Amino acid sequence: MDLIAHLPALQVVIPMLSAPLMVLLQPRGLAWAGATVVALVSFAMAATLAIGVLNGLTPQYFMGGWPAPFGIALSVDAFSAVLLLIVTGASAGALLAAKPSVDQQVEEERQPLFYAAWMLAMAGLIGIVVAADAFNIFVFMEISSLASYILIAGGPDRRALPAVFKYLTMGTIGATFYLIGVGLIYMMTGTLNIEDMQNRIGDVTDINPILVAAGFITIGLALKAAVFPLHVWVPNAYTHAPHMVTVFLAACATKVSLYVLIKFDYLVFQSRLVDHDMQFALFLMPMAILGILIASAVAMFEGHLKRLLASSSIAQIGYILLCASFISTLGLSASVVHLFNHALAKGGLFLAVACLAYHYRDLRLDQLGGASTKMPWTCATVVICGLSLIGIPGTAGFISKWLLISASLQIGPWGWFLVAIILLSSLMAVAYVWRIIEALYFKAPVEGVGPQSEAPIQLLAVTMLVAALNLYFGFFPQVPLELATEAAGMLLEGAQ
Amino acid sequence: MIFVFAIFLLSLLVITSIAIVRTTNLFVAVMLTSIFSFLMAANFFILDAADVALTEAAVGAGVTTVIFLCALALTGEREKPRINGRKTARVAVAILASLMIYATFDKPRLGDPDAPVHQHIAPWYIEKTTEHMDFPNVVTAILSSFRGYDTLGEVFVVFAACIGVLFILGVPPPAQKRLNKVVEQNKGLRHHLIPQVVGRLVIPFIVLFGLYTQFHGEYGPGGGFQAGAIIATGIILYALLEGENKALQAVPRSVLLGMVIGGALLFGSVGVICMFMGGNFLEYSVLSADPIWGQQLGILVIEAGVGMAVCGALLSIFHAFAARENVS
Amino acid sequence: MKLLELLGYFNYWVFAIVLMVGLYAVISKANLIKKLIGLSIFQSAVFLMYITMDKVEGGTAPIIQKGVENQIFSNPLPQVLILTAIVVGVSTLALGLAMVVRIKESYGTIEENEILDAD
Repeated sequence: MDLIAHLPALQVVIPMLSAPLMVLLQPRGLAWAGATVVALVSFAMAATLAIGVLNGLTPQYFMGGWPAPFGIALSVDAFSAVLLLIVTGASAGALLAAKPSVDQQVEEERQPLFYAAWMLAMAGLIGIVVAADAFNIFVFMEISSLASYILIAGGPDRRALPAVFKYLTMGTIGATFYLIGVGLIYMMTGTLNIEDMQNRIGDVTDINPILVAAGFITIGLALKAAVFPLHVWVPNAYTHAPHMVTVFLAACATKVSLYVLIKFDYLVFQSRLVDHDMQFALFLMPMAILGILIASAVAMFEGHLKRLLASSSIAQIGYILLCASFISTLGLSASVVHLFNHALAKGGLFLAVACLAYHYRDLRLDQLGGASTKMPWTCATVVICGLSLIGIPGTAGFISKWLLISASLQIGPWGWFLVAIILLSSLMAVAYVWRIIEALYFKAPVEGVGPQSEAPIQLLAVTMLVAALNLYFGFFPQVPLELATEAAGMLLEGAQ
Repeated sequence: MIFVFAIFLLSLLVITSIAIVRTTNLFVAVMLTSIFSFLMAANFFILDAADVALTEAAVGAGVTTVIFLCALALTGEREKPRINGRKTARVAVAILASLMIYATFDKPRLGDPDAPVHQHIAPWYIEKTTEHMDFPNVVTAILSSFRGYDTLGEVFVVFAACIGVLFILGVPPPAQKRLNKVVEQNKGLRHHLIPQVVGRLVIPFIVLFGLYTQFHGEYGPGGGFQAGAIIATGIILYALLEGENKALQAVPRSVLLGMVIGGALLFGSVGVICMFMGGNFLEYSVLSADPIWGQQLGILVIEAGVGMAVCGALLSIFHAFAARENVS
Repeated sequence: MKLLELLGYFNYWVFAIVLMVGLYAVISKANLIKKLIGLSIFQSAVFLMYITMDKVEGGTAPIIQKGVENQIFSNPLPQVLILTAIVVGVSTLALGLAMVVRIKESYGTIEENEILDAD
């Protein structure tokens, strides 16, 4: 059997089938080891696929050997390759570091189930990314959502439970809206394969159901992607989840929904619906701008470290949407690059949070005083990833901010207004990142709390690796840029 | 005549749903939800969806209701009244509903054979089922082979729910409530004569019917999901009559978890074996020299996996809730 | 307008109304179990929409009978999709109820506003 040809399927199947095995790995630490190995293998597969895509391949796979519109097809293009790298990379990184933190937060006898859910979440997200079938995306969306509800509910605080419940209701409404949209398109085109939809949607004469479908799919996915103002489930869910789960989910979960949203809108709707590009842009741009400004402002006044970072995530999702709503090659590349860079910056920051949380029970900013003396390495990574989040030259974040500003300038006089907003929000980012740094470096320690030593080496090493990657991709952004440009070209070609 | 009946059923559906929302007694609401599911199943049957009707009746009206009741026993059945925020919700919902009704006027009319849904890929399935599988139930063919990957995903959704419930309820309940009620636990309905006798008579037939649905899925409505759900309801009924402990003695927790894991892995490994034998994932034709027999064999095995996983998962979930009831 | 045509619209209208009744319960009710009941009504409505489109005039359930020529079948595909969706629905529900039970244990209430007040 030719392993390379089977890669798109194996990418999903291996983590998925490993989940039941995790439940059986009862002895201490074994489930963690198994999950980490599987995540690393998945990352290797994703890297192989990405290299293949860079060499001009677009792997396709037909499940069960049935041809495309009849059976379920999988396909990997440049856009999905980026997402695959993010999902598997975030999962592998988080798992490598996870053991000390998870041991602290999740009881030992529940850990096999916890890691099984982790595998399912990863498999579900990968399944969404590689699927070329609209209904199949729904099925895998549900796998990943159910698994992430479980992961978040593993949080030690009782407040995790109402947070997950809210996430569960909103997530289910989002998924059901998506299902309604897919049903309406299926009703009018008779197909579920996305490429086939693209070809057949032009023959539809009655346009109303398609419009309604576009509305349902956009809103449903925006709910899942935490687009402002549908983001209300995010702050609590991220704050009360176990720290390592926050690393994993903040780096990739909402981004995968965003990926489906962008892909659907570009490939299926824009090509055929008259003026849909304008509707798309006019609908999403205000939400994106409001999201950037309001969420950044909230972050500036937030007193809890994790909640502050969660608010900043909502603002970053705004950036990604804003770039996507320009409908230009540069804008889309900026969008895809920012998906990648934000995963790096936010992943690193949440990893550093996990390091801090290893010693600090309470993560409010005023409790963290003096951390820099006892945990210098952790605090250094916070600074690096924070700079990347702001977009200071020399960090990965700068590349995407730069692309974003160039793309805004391309769209004419309005562009200056957008540039002003981007600069304003970057200043706000400076403000909230400064508040974290101030707390870590310049505040006096609170009596009785505070660490005696650095975080465990396993946790710290991965955190520093991610911080180093933030610098590396700031100086050598070729790989993500190349993938992003190709992805942008593919999406725009589909939209013609 | 059937149309009048359909309109009657649909109207009842709307009335039931409104009644569910209006009542403040959660026990009543759950019972009405069960009725709602039965009405839904009847509607599906009128619309020629026999397989779906069977599933909705078994899962929606049967298992869902039991799980709801288990949860109610732990949380209380009274809903507290709430005043604020209702008006805006009503207005928003009314606007959305009228928008959607407006959008329906462009939809193809019901039953139009020329509608796009029936033109493109649907005829292919009906044609190819005879050619590739040579058995009558097209729904089973699509479910387990043409779109078998979806079904694999679905088994893992059930698996996720199962481990999720075990994970979330794996925390010991708060200690203060454990003192009382030790005496009355686990008696079931043993002291009631009529449910006892009727139950004894019915349970074997429920399980038998479940097995029939499992193995007859290629010929008539049915398959792994329905069978798993039906057998699970049979055993839940046994647990309700005889007490939960007796049911656990008959089928212990570890066996249930083993069924879930085994079922999911069985399905997955069939797919992997297909890969090793030179086909794509889940391409059953390569399993045997005769592709038709290969397809039939593959479908038989994966349906068994689905049945095991669903039955095990539903029972594990039921026991997880029921066990909590006994200690609290 | 033929009777079947009217019924076709009626199916979609019922879908729209039931969907919104479910959504209303999810948004406006404070009781968590009531929210979950609303959620399951909401999902059931979508099942109705899919199954409505599978009907073919004069068709029967898609089970091929040997030796009978020119049978008309209703569309099997939406049925398969909904079989999947039903199972997804019950899975979500079970998970949600497990959470409600834990919330009751740790907060002593399952009314949303009281939970918000407690923290």
